Amino acid sequence: MRLIKTEGLSVRLGGATVLFDVNLTLDRGEIVTIVGPNGSGKSTLLRAMIGAVGLAAGSVRRAPGLRIGYVPQQLHIDPTLPITVTRFLGLPRRHPATDLRAALEQAGLPDLRDRQMADLSGGQFQRVLLARALLEKPDLLILDEATQGLDQPGSAAFYRRIEEVRRELNCAVLMVSHELHVVMSASDRVICLNGHVCCEGRPEIVAQAEEYRALFGTGTQGALALYRHEHTHAHDNDHDHSHEAAE
Amino acid sequence: MMLDDFLIRAALAGLGVALAAAPLGSFVVWRRMAYFGDATAHAAILGVAVALAFSMSIFIGALAMSLIMATTVSTLSGRGFAMDTMLGVLAHSALAFGLVAVSFLTGVRIDLMAYLFGDILAVSRGDLAVIWGGAALVLGLLAWRWQTLLTATISPDLAWSAGIDPRREQLVLTLALAVVVAVAIKVVGVLLIAAMLIVPAAAARPLASTPERMAVMATLIAATSALGGLRASFHFDTPTGPTIVCVAALIFAATTIGNSLLHRRKGSSAL
Repeated sequence: MRLIKTEGLSVRLGGATVLFDVNLTLDRGEIVTIVGPNGSGKSTLLRAMIGAVGLAAGSVRRAPGLRIGYVPQQLHIDPTLPITVTRFLGLPRRHPATDLRAALEQAGLPDLRDRQMADLSGGQFQRVLLARALLEKPDLLILDEATQGLDQPGSAAFYRRIEEVRRELNCAVLMVSHELHVVMSASDRVICLNGHVCCEGRPEIVAQAEEYRALFGTGTQGALALYRHEHTHAHDNDHDHSHEAAE
Repeated sequence: MMLDDFLIRAALAGLGVALAAAPLGSFVVWRRMAYFGDATAHAAILGVAVALAFSMSIFIGALAMSLIMATTVSTLSGRGFAMDTMLGVLAHSALAFGLVAVSFLTGVRIDLMAYLFGDILAVSRGDLAVIWGGAALVLGLLAWRWQTLLTATISPDLAWSAGIDPRREQLVLTLALAVVVAVAIKVVGVLLIAAMLIVPAAAARPLASTPERMAVMATLIAATSALGGLRASFHFDTPTGPTIVCVAALIFAATTIGNSLLHRRKGSSAL
């Protein structure tokens, strides 16, 4: 089942062509990762797919009634705006308290419901963002460098959570990430973007592609193997203990 | 009756403006639109001049000019202009052109001070109907779109992904702002309308943990300022509009200083 499809998508920002002729299709249940150097248009592509950026050419087609959960790269909440975790999770739609408790628990967070968003640690903040997106039971989950500011075990746990979510909701996941070794092992399909789609396919195939090596070099191969080795071990207790102890 | 009629009308006018300005003012503060409010309010004096020249209703003239200014600024802000400078230019030019335009109206004797600083004691029954009608419209708009307005305020991208067009939410706020400016001229005057938007909301910030509580606290503070200012101006024989803003400013000082004393040990304060 096709969830979303871009055809010949082009975006111009401030006179420069940022994306050109991007064709992309996402199906239910697959995890697709976009990789690419800085300024290659990764975030712009995600924002074009949610409708936040106007298209210079081409189209974005969504399945009717498609629910999108979006986790932005970073979210700055103005300090003049007081907002608790509970209230934040209730945007754009409110949910029953039991759902909120469950959402925080599944995100591996303690009961932070009355805490101010501004008082959360970086890792807690990202998990709350993900929990909010999941409360809407999305068909398509879009993550823009969602593990920024998380340490290595934190981000590994984050990606494991994404795989769980995919199983639970049978949703598609589209994400941008710089952590190539993690991404390569957690994705069904990798899209290498540099203004246009350079190459695309299964992670091990993309990693061998000349276009990919031209952009990232061959050095990531070692890291990829290392991660795959570690991936068989579970690290479930890597949440923000130090932070919690300090409260 | 113990109280004179004009005082009751003044109190009701002040409460009406407080009720509309404070919740809207919270959005103005959250979205960093303080200068935007100023520009819209200052444009209203030009609207007053035009209304007088064509003998139209002052309310309609001010509303129309505020709307034009608010839409212009709102459109420009999406196009990468240096907004700080742009708003400074627009706000003060609108005020200057308005004052010059009023000076051309030789046929009518106008009490310019009444439009710059308000004339709450001269509020008529008709004015009251306009003020409360405007306040009801603004509150209705905010209540109807509260969730989407808040989502778009926190992040336009989160709004887009949920199928909310943040530009539409911006338009709702722009409309509400023009209405508040038009109804508040009589009460606080064009120079101090922005203060009625921002000061109560800023004073409420340290007292609130959610956006809703902040809006409610801001409304209570604005209402207290309106009634307290009216009473104080009667007592000290001072101009009413500025006195209302002074009371709001004192409440702001109290909540902000109180909050920083309270949080001194934690090393951080809300503002």
